[in-house]
Amino acid sequence: MAKQKLVVIGNGMAPGRALEKLFELAPDAYDVTIFNAEPRVNYDRILLSPVLSGEKSFDDIIIHGDAWYIEKGITLHKGHKVTEVNRAARTVTSEHGETVSYDRLILATGSNPVIIPVPGHALPGVLTYRDLDDVHAMMLAAKAGGKAVVIGGGLLGLEAAAGLQAQGMEVVVLHLMPTLMERQLDPAAGYLLQKAVESRGIKVHCKANTHEITGTDRVTGVRLDDGTVYPADLVVMAVGIRPNAGLAKAAGLEVNRGIVVSPDMRSSDPDIFALGECAEASGQVFGLVAPLYDMAGVVARQLTGDATAAFSPQATATKLKVTGIDLYSAGDFADAKDREEIVLRDPMRGVYKRLVLKDNILIGAVLYGDTGDGPWFFDMIKRGIDISGMRETLIFGQGYQGGSLADPMAAVAALPDEAEICGCNGVCKGKITTKIAELGLTSLDAVRAHTKASASCGSCTGLVEQVIRLSLGESYNPAAVQPMCGCTDLGHDDVRRLIKAKELKSIPAIMQELGWKTSCGCAKCRPALNYYLICDWPGEYADDSQSRYINERVHANIQKDGTYSVVPRMWGGLTSAKELRAIADVVDKFAIPTVKVTGGQRIDLLGVKKEDLPAVWSDLNLAGMISGAAYAKGLRTVKTCVGTDWCRFGTQDSTGLGVKIEKFMWGSWTPAKVKMAVSGCPRNCAEATCKDVGVICVDSGYEIHFAGAAGLDIHGTQVLGHARTEEETIEIIAALTQLYREQGRYLERIYKWAKRVGTDSIKRAVIEDTARRRVLFDRFVLSQSYAQIDPWAERVAGKDAHEFAPIGTLGLPQAAE
Amino acid sequence: MNAKTSEWIDVGAEADIPLRGARVVRSAAGDIAVFRAADGSVFALRDRCPHKGGPLSQGIVHGHGVTCPLHNWVISLETGEAQGADHGCTPKIPVQRLDGRILLDAQAIARLAVPHG
Ligand SMILES: Cc1cc2nc3c(=O)[nH]c(=O)nc-3n(C[C@H](O)[C@H](O)[C@H](O)COP(=O)(O)OP(=O)(O)OC[C@H]3O[C@@H](n4cnc5c(N)ncnc54)[C@H](O)[C@@H]3O)c2cc1C
Ligand code: HEM
Ligand code: SF4
Ligand code: SF4
Ligand code: FES
Repeated sequence: MAKQKLVVIGNGMAPGRALEKLFELAPDAYDVTIFNAEPRVNYDRILLSPVLSGEKSFDDIIIHGDAWYIEKGITLHKGHKVTEVNRAARTVTSEHGETVSYDRLILATGSNPVIIPVPGHALPGVLTYRDLDDVHAMMLAAKAGGKAVVIGGGLLGLEAAAGLQAQGMEVVVLHLMPTLMERQLDPAAGYLLQKAVESRGIKVHCKANTHEITGTDRVTGVRLDDGTVYPADLVVMAVGIRPNAGLAKAAGLEVNRGIVVSPDMRSSDPDIFALGECAEASGQVFGLVAPLYDMAGVVARQLTGDATAAFSPQATATKLKVTGIDLYSAGDFADAKDREEIVLRDPMRGVYKRLVLKDNILIGAVLYGDTGDGPWFFDMIKRGIDISGMRETLIFGQGYQGGSLADPMAAVAALPDEAEICGCNGVCKGKITTKIAELGLTSLDAVRAHTKASASCGSCTGLVEQVIRLSLGESYNPAAVQPMCGCTDLGHDDVRRLIKAKELKSIPAIMQELGWKTSCGCAKCRPALNYYLICDWPGEYADDSQSRYINERVHANIQKDGTYSVVPRMWGGLTSAKELRAIADVVDKFAIPTVKVTGGQRIDLLGVKKEDLPAVWSDLNLAGMISGAAYAKGLRTVKTCVGTDWCRFGTQDSTGLGVKIEKFMWGSWTPAKVKMAVSGCPRNCAEATCKDVGVICVDSGYEIHFAGAAGLDIHGTQVLGHARTEEETIEIIAALTQLYREQGRYLERIYKWAKRVGTDSIKRAVIEDTARRRVLFDRFVLSQSYAQIDPWAERVAGKDAHEFAPIGTLGLPQAAE
Repeated sequence: MNAKTSEWIDVGAEADIPLRGARVVRSAAGDIAVFRAADGSVFALRDRCPHKGGPLSQGIVHGHGVTCPLHNWVISLETGEAQGADHGCTPKIPVQRLDGRILLDAQAIARLAVPHG
């Protein structure tokens, strides 16, 4: 039977989910074509705010990468807006003239941001907040610094304001009502929120009625009805959304606020479904993903012939995604006559909780400051439990309930398998426990990767962790992230993220802002923080030598007797008579006891006294040698074989390439040591396939390998990709190194990093996405411009002289008589 | 300076030691590590880790402690004792700070020369 033709208009989160379900249920039923006005794949719109604030990149929020569409045989027209649906001919036509016929059509056009039609609303510099292009436009504007005005003090407006501020702009939020988020919060709580927002340096102006946006060629400011003027280089309108139903209306479908659908998600034309924010079901339109995902499931089942599938709206929960401000709301929290409220305020802790009850059933909850019980309340809302028995203590949360509920685990254990745990991604408890058992998952990240639970807005993380705990027993500790060290509860990744997001540029700033528990850290965290700062703020951050391990502080390797070993750089393992003569002279002059050839094709001088180091280096410098960095968490050696210069098997100039790589990359600091090698043919005499990065030359160019190790652990490398020229090889290796520098945890070798983040994500960034590769390469080059300073020469010239000489020498004092 | 008439020996200026750093005083009784903590306080210990003799002066100084460069024992600057699960102690030399100078207790240094334990 020929496949039916399914056409989808819009490629947002809702149809993405519907197609996923559809391919699960009936992989071969439909030939799918998608038109998307946005020129890109499906991504997690919820996570745009972390992208804006710099805490995530676009890559991090992609839901379906290009490979997914290829695998499923879907034709995706990116950047094609559909301008016409012809129901008689059963075709759709895009603005670029592409016409496709359909058997079934899904309209998933989302919604449009509301633009208030004040004078000046169309000026350049006035933006809305809806898609990645808006985020890019905001980030671009923020690069120039300057002032931003955000109109609208709801969830979206506040997230935009926090993001713009994180990008370095001076931000004012204008809000029409007397207090922020008046729908969720009562005035006192709105005030708490306003204070928290203002304490981050964002100005909030309530009761602000926008009169006009000023400017002639582009925006210059905003004038309010009361005459106040705020200068602005950028204005963001975040005042609400309106279902995007124009196309449907033009096609003659029934449209009210949104495209009207019956519970089976079909519009007034039974072959046309409407799905997502553009749809109006049971007289409601929706602006959160959880109900849209429910709709998606119904559409998928209807498409596979299940006529019983029906959509009915459920309560939803949401969370303000601004780092450092905890706000959670669930269900229906509007005031009404037949409702009662329970409110708790704790001004000292900055906590506010409001529960909305109707006939002794919890129907809504708003939590500020302490949101830990949010999922528990949400679960009660969804289950419609009569709370009369615990009314007195309800607001104190789960921990205060008597009986079996006193144990939070018992409450989770009591949930049925169908209970929904993650609203964003519609994951139920049973799915999580099954995957844990099937795949032997042991961490939150692994559960996220395999079930998507807690992978979007994150408000259900606590609940997911409890489910994991339930499955794995006490061995799983929901505090979960391994802290960097005893000085903090934060893990390496959180610290790295916050260094960027909060622009922390010194070790004391990190310790202050992130609440370190010790006065000045320890020997574990300080070297890590020092590295992160060097990597993240090249040229701005001044290395803190007191936070370096001794080898990196004195640029030599400490030995067990307190003497040092010195290894000069020999580019690609090449040396010369002149260098060897200088080395021999140094050995004689300083009576160096041992000279040894290392595993990395270098010469090691062992047993040098600390105070001799500067003089030894000075002599080696004079012969043209610099530090071999044999001590560094950085580029160490590039081993080579003799390649085409001498070897009858050689396919490329492996020695020359090794020298080029080493000259280009020396001096770079990395999370852990980086050793490389270049072999001239697959016989692989330079042993490139057990290195952090290795190159095997072949007739057609260069095969680039990575993630090998030959130490405590032994791993062969994996193939990263193939390059045709030396230049391309070097660009790929530098981009790989930069990605590792930015993502690696301190002391995490490349092979461990690759295992953690996944080889595919690395390949995508440095092989497939050549634009991203170039950006990484450029960042590496920038960083190198500050890094390539020979530490020996600096110290011969007097830097850190105190490191090498004793402060004083004493005779033997006599014991007092 | 005459060690016999003075109980305290001037070994240098505070400013010669970086904050969160250390310098070595060579003495006939063996090397002494002089530490300067982040808060400016100064401590002196025999420059030998109680574990396998590592040079504590080369370690990373944090709070009132130092992590030995050889196997990461953490030694208290206040007492010379190993912290946490490790056991051992290195002798401590009393320190005085006077007008930006660092003075060590001569008697304590002398006692280092006497084999003990
Ligand atoms: C910044 C931000 C933060 C948010 N945070 C949360 C949150 O924390 N929790 C939550 O539950 N929800 C949140 N939301 C809301 C959530 O993202 C949306 O409800 C959801 O993404 C809507 O999905 P959709 O598929 O209906 O529409 P969309 O994702 O809007 O997709 C519609 C797509 O259709 C395309 N399109 C429109 N017309 C045409 C046409 N004629 N031809 C071709 N293509 C067309 C559009 O370009 C768009 O890409 C947030 C939204 C934003 C913007
Ligand atoms: C049947 C196939 C699969 C099996 C048996 C499997 C098994 C595992 C196991 C055992 C782990 C380690 C769990 C842990 O550390 O606790 C893991 C982690 C992971 N898996 Fe899979 N997996 C499979 C398919 C996939 C697929 C298809 C993807 C991606 C789409 C994926 C992505 C991941 C990721 C990202 C992690 C890392 C999580 C972390 O580091 O914490 N896996 N997998
Ligand atoms: S790897 Fe190949 S080219 Fe290099 S020395 Fe060995 S055989 Fe020759
Ligand atoms: S293999 Fe062990 S003993 Fe040999 S140099 Fe390395 S760490 Fe030292
Ligand atoms: S010698 Fe100090 S820890 Fe081993």
